[in-house]
Amino acid sequence: MNIPTFIHRAVLTAVFVLLAPVLCQAEGLISGKRFGTAANELIVAFASAVDKTFAEDVTHYRVYEEQDPDIRLELAAVRYNAEAKSATLTFKQPLNTRLAHIVTVSNPTQSGAAETFRLAKPYLGYLLSIMISALLINNFVFTKYLGLCVFFGTSKRKDTAKGMGITFTIVMVVSALMSWFFYQFILKPYHLNFLQIVIFIGLVSLTVQAVDTVLRKVNPALFNAFGVYLVLVIANCVIIAVPLILADNEYNFLESLMLSLGAGGGFLLALYMMSSVRERMELANIPPTFKGVPIAFIVAGQFALAFLGFSGLSLF
Amino acid sequence: MATDKTNLQLVVNGILNENPIFRLVLSMCPAVGISTTVMNGFMLGIAVLFVQVFSSCTISLFKNVIHPRIRIPTYTLTIATWVTVIDMVLAAYLPEAYAKMGIFIKLIVAFAIITMRLEMFACKESVTASFWDGIGMGLGFMAGMMSLGLVRELLGMGTILGYDVLGFKPLLFFVLPFAGFFCVGLMMAFFNYIELAYKRAKRA
Repeated sequence: MNIPTFIHRAVLTAVFVLLAPVLCQAEGLISGKRFGTAANELIVAFASAVDKTFAEDVTHYRVYEEQDPDIRLELAAVRYNAEAKSATLTFKQPLNTRLAHIVTVSNPTQSGAAETFRLAKPYLGYLLSIMISALLINNFVFTKYLGLCVFFGTSKRKDTAKGMGITFTIVMVVSALMSWFFYQFILKPYHLNFLQIVIFIGLVSLTVQAVDTVLRKVNPALFNAFGVYLVLVIANCVIIAVPLILADNEYNFLESLMLSLGAGGGFLLALYMMSSVRERMELANIPPTFKGVPIAFIVAGQFALAFLGFSGLSLF
Repeated sequence: MATDKTNLQLVVNGILNENPIFRLVLSMCPAVGISTTVMNGFMLGIAVLFVQVFSSCTISLFKNVIHPRIRIPTYTLTIATWVTVIDMVLAAYLPEAYAKMGIFIKLIVAFAIITMRLEMFACKESVTASFWDGIGMGLGFMAGMMSLGLVRELLGMGTILGYDVLGFKPLLFFVLPFAGFFCVGLMMAFFNYIELAYKRAKRA
């Protein structure tokens, strides 16, 4: 199997796996539930029409976060929409939509009876949002200003950019997951947090050395294409920034995987776009004072401006 | 092998001829990311100076025992150790400044300039020469960061080190985070212009 078909299939499989789960709807009193557009809204759809005064009574709803059952979230108002048969619950405080919420609704036909259900954003959506965030919204090159030495060094040719980006992503994912493991199971239990930097950079060098050795034996053709970039990976701040961010945010395994994939993909994206521009710039008539690095910085600044447009993007 | 430069020449070399930011174009991340004020530049400069001087001296001391094949991992771990030291010192004594610089102090470990100086200079030269070279490189980095900070702070907020100098804000654009790219690009172009003009004047 050659590499492009392999990548093609891998991407297709990934998309399929990520988008496949469909939300199961609860049957009975409640036909649907979701978080509203505003941060402090929650929408409950009833299966059949409900009396308006009943539905708009605040005391008929009890909502709390799954991890804090003792803290009841205070409702400000409930609006009932007769056409959609749905009630919009407005809370006094904005909801933390990343957490699962438990909602209990009194049954209008049977007094004393109630229906309880759990409301959470799909976890895969949350995972995907971590990746999209690292890829676009918080792109490591254009909005966090990391990895610039390698970024400017290897973005002169498209081929180089692709090679560097892919090598970088592989090393990134492997070393981030290893760092996550070391942090969660060795550094944290034994209170060795101050060794973070030494351990993480050591793991990165180890990964680079390992990828180098394995690739040399297993796939010499690939090694010839990407081997040169391996050394450069160590000199890239993103590779050490990601484990530090993982440790700071206490991410779990899947979240770490997504963040490192997003960081690597974002770097690849940035390198590829930049190299496309720089290839064209070689033919352009640039003032002699701006030739080379200065104009590359100006272009990167314009990319950074464009990436500002992604801030506030939320897909899930 | 010993360098034939005097200590003063080594220091000046780091600040002017081989300025890490404007000449070698290394360690650009902090130059773009947190050069919004002179103070930021100064603080990070101090940290880099410390790490550079101490790692240079360490490597220079142990240069005869380090096996050439594992020299790069050795450099990395030496730098990481000194970065951990400065990271903890700053977090303990200057918490506000530390919070402002965020992750960049820890990222000194990946700054290409430090590894490069160890590879090019400290692993061959005496401890004294390495010490002065480290001082020069650290000061050069600090000077680069501070000059960028000066331009951005003055043009963006009309202040220097927090003191109001101009009394008005000429171009707010310069303190915005992404303006770091434009600022570095424009300053490099400015230095190129001076160099070209100097050469032209010399020829005429």
